[in-house]
Amino acid sequence: MSSEVWVVGEHRDGHLRRITLELISEGRRLADKSKGRLSVIMLGEDLACHADTLSHHGADRLIFLQDSRFALYEGGAYAAALSRLVSSSPPGILLLGATSQGKDLAPRIAARLGLDLASDCTSFSLGENGELAAIRPVYAGKALATVKWEGKKPWMATLRPNIVPLLEPDLSRSAEVEKPKLESEAGAWKARILEVAKDATATVDLTEAEIIVSGGRGMKGPENFSLLEDLARVLGGAVGASRAAVDSGWRGHQSQVGQTGKVVSPKLYFACGISGSVQHLAGISSAKFIVAINKDPDAPIFKVADYGIVDDLFVILPLLTEEFRRLLGTH
Amino acid sequence: MKIIVCVKSVPDTGSSIRIKTGSAAIDPEGLTYVMNPYDEFAVEEALRIKEKHGQTEITAISMGATSAKEVLRTALSMGVDQAIHLKDTSFEGLDSQGTAKMLARAIRTRGFDLILCGKQAVDMDSGQVGPALAEILDLPQIGVVTRLEFDDQWKNLRAHRQIEGGTEIVEAPLPCVITAQKGLNEPRYPSLKGILSAKKREIPEWGPSQMGLGEGERGRAPCAVRIVALEPPPARVPGRILAGDSQEKVRELIQLLREEAKVI
Repeated sequence: MSSEVWVVGEHRDGHLRRITLELISEGRRLADKSKGRLSVIMLGEDLACHADTLSHHGADRLIFLQDSRFALYEGGAYAAALSRLVSSSPPGILLLGATSQGKDLAPRIAARLGLDLASDCTSFSLGENGELAAIRPVYAGKALATVKWEGKKPWMATLRPNIVPLLEPDLSRSAEVEKPKLESEAGAWKARILEVAKDATATVDLTEAEIIVSGGRGMKGPENFSLLEDLARVLGGAVGASRAAVDSGWRGHQSQVGQTGKVVSPKLYFACGISGSVQHLAGISSAKFIVAINKDPDAPIFKVADYGIVDDLFVILPLLTEEFRRLLGTH
Repeated sequence: MKIIVCVKSVPDTGSSIRIKTGSAAIDPEGLTYVMNPYDEFAVEEALRIKEKHGQTEITAISMGATSAKEVLRTALSMGVDQAIHLKDTSFEGLDSQGTAKMLARAIRTRGFDLILCGKQAVDMDSGQVGPALAEILDLPQIGVVTRLEFDDQWKNLRAHRQIEGGTEIVEAPLPCVITAQKGLNEPRYPSLKGILSAKKREIPEWGPSQMGLGEGERGRAPCAVRIVALEPPPARVPGRILAGDSQEKVRELIQLLREEAKVI
């Protein structure tokens, strides 16, 4: 049985996405345990510029599928090319990111090759006989499922962003690079990206943010979210919102944290004026530290918060922002 | 136009999930089952397309136990034209890929121009069915869609797809698979008339034979990705409520975040 581990990396605007390094870190650990080789697969137009970073972080082999048509993501074309590569020499484990790209691509490869895929896993372990187990949060984190694979290899999974700690880069490492010749597959490109519009309000996506400052009904109106934006800017974080705030039209849907929004795993989560409904708490259950600021001492959020401030958020937030600004020297 | 909407019955998002002792399953006691919220957006979008396009037939399909039928009834009461319940012992315990395979069979039997699904079901959170359907049926697919428009001839569509920190605007020809994200629309409540007429409707149950499946091809081995254990997440213990005046609380919080939590 193959003990090869393959991960599919991602890049955007010429930069490697952080999930790529997270995949390599997790893949490296699995490859070492199974005494196998770690390969990183990238698709794109010109990938050579990423070779050093990928090698330093732990790749043994880089497979670059280069084609001008891979410059932007298209599920059908990416799935066709990757599936051909996977079936030509199937690895033991194939990991992708649980990102907008990976969540789209992984199920397509699994369907095409008849493989088994576990989505959005947060940790992996290898048994004595090389059997793979993973933990995946279900019901938005209200329960944790341990899953095992029973079908043919490779066993596929997507890895939730922002969970795996990165390995220290080793500048002496170098990886072999392969650039397989691509067969042109007519008809594979079925959908076409016309434009990628950046969200003007978000500098960091909630699923990738290390610090999130969220507001709920207690913010009283959309105009007061500037208090959260100020704090987020000083801390280099992102602004989120509860379902109540989003449903009131105060923030866009992309800001919603919780079961019908984004499930987040930041180092630090500020819940400001958020009471803490079951569905919101589910979405923040993998945050490392939670700070709650709320006037109501009985709000359920205080049952899960590491640090709680029972006070008026309109007094606390400006003070907090000011103190951090002074300490960190940021604006 | 023939539109297929895939719907799933899931525990209401307000529910607390308890695990049945000594098992890898949840305790269904006291849970309310509803239509998966993302599927509601898919149903609503289908209805809005029908309102614009006119000659359209919408079929809702669900696979699952008895609660699937109730969710199909909800779809009928919202205004879809037909409902099909995929129900057979060989379908029980299928994982996402197996489910997609069976749904694809039923959809192919039915015929389609557009397939709408929720971006994921809020129970297993797999998000595999939409993209897998597209692959099996050899169709373009646009996932996590917050806006959907068609050209004048209803031959091509243009969708806004949410990605990290932005939006992709994607174009694809019909037939196509779309998965719905919150923000696509505001789902309607079923009208009283809709509820009453849906109550009387017979919802056909399809098993392998209605889908043209022979004995040997009933999906695949159930649970190819098998859940071997299900546990509650580690309980968070209530932390510290900070004391003092506002300024003191802020100072203490900052000190704790820097020195105890070491996150800033």
